[in-house]
Amino acid sequence: MTGMTLIVKTTTRLIVGFIVVFAASVILHGHLTPGGGFAGGSMLACGFVLLLLAFGKKETHKVLTEPGAATWDSLGALGFLCIALLGYVAGVFFTNFLPHGTPFTLISAGTVMWSNIAIGIKVAACLFAVYVVLAAFRASES
Amino acid sequence: MITAILLILLAFMIIGSIIAIETKDLLSSVISVGAVGLGLSVVFLLLGAPDLAIIQVAVEVLTLIILLRVIITREDVTVAHRYRYAEVFATSAVLVFGGIFIVFAWVSFRQLPEFGGPLLTVAREYLGSGFSDVNAPNLVTAILLDYRAYDTLGEATVIFAAIIGALAILRKTGRIHDDRNDIDS
Repeated sequence: MTGMTLIVKTTTRLIVGFIVVFAASVILHGHLTPGGGFAGGSMLACGFVLLLLAFGKKETHKVLTEPGAATWDSLGALGFLCIALLGYVAGVFFTNFLPHGTPFTLISAGTVMWSNIAIGIKVAACLFAVYVVLAAFRASES
Repeated sequence: MITAILLILLAFMIIGSIIAIETKDLLSSVISVGAVGLGLSVVFLLLGAPDLAIIQVAVEVLTLIILLRVIITREDVTVAHRYRYAEVFATSAVLVFGGIFIVFAWVSFRQLPEFGGPLLTVAREYLGSGFSDVNAPNLVTAILLDYRAYDTLGEATVIFAAIIGALAILRKTGRIHDDRNDIDS
């Protein structure tokens, strides 16, 4: 898989930054606007897949490799579990122990935003990994 | 008005599903599946669930890309053997069981409360005190990640296990390459 034509590469170069920024916005504002970790994470994975389709394997591996995706996947899952376990600080499993802050601001709602970030990282990495193993480098590469 | 649009979308999705099942061409089948998914996301949007609509669009696009890649890369041809008696039996069985299901579903769905009608006890609790409890304007996220975070942890674990399984089964390293038995080519 070596990538596509110059037109596709130029368009991708223009667009992919916006996709990543929008996905980050959806993840970070998950407690304020529609969306959240899963939606933003799958958008982020779509951005990576676009990069892989347009530029090919070598260029994409500068951003994210297959073991890297597995590592980020595990880190996201462990982060979410850590947030769950840190609930014991204030009482029981999954207590919302952080201060809730003022509503309608970015830093509010306690652990919800951090859970969203962890889930977003996890979902983005695992969907990219599943794309790579299922579809990307099969018959054309081996 | 919204009911009419929903019925049109429902008919569109049912036709798309039938085309996806019945067509001989895998590419057309995949494209029909994508059309059904996009129709479903519009339905979610009309029913007032933008969270679900966003997730549906994003996941649908990714799934479509994966399926398209697989179909374009691998040139599999499905050969359908058609046995007349088996087909007649299968169709009649489906019709009988579908009829029984529709009769009982009709009876039992009549007992359900009106669509979006009286709030359930748990939903009333969430809607009433969700905002003041969590300080999150998006109540869906507040329920998912505060009230029912344990549930979400279970979902995340399921996805994690599924991905780890896929990576383990489809991995490249550790596989002995043999040209005679190469299933990839």
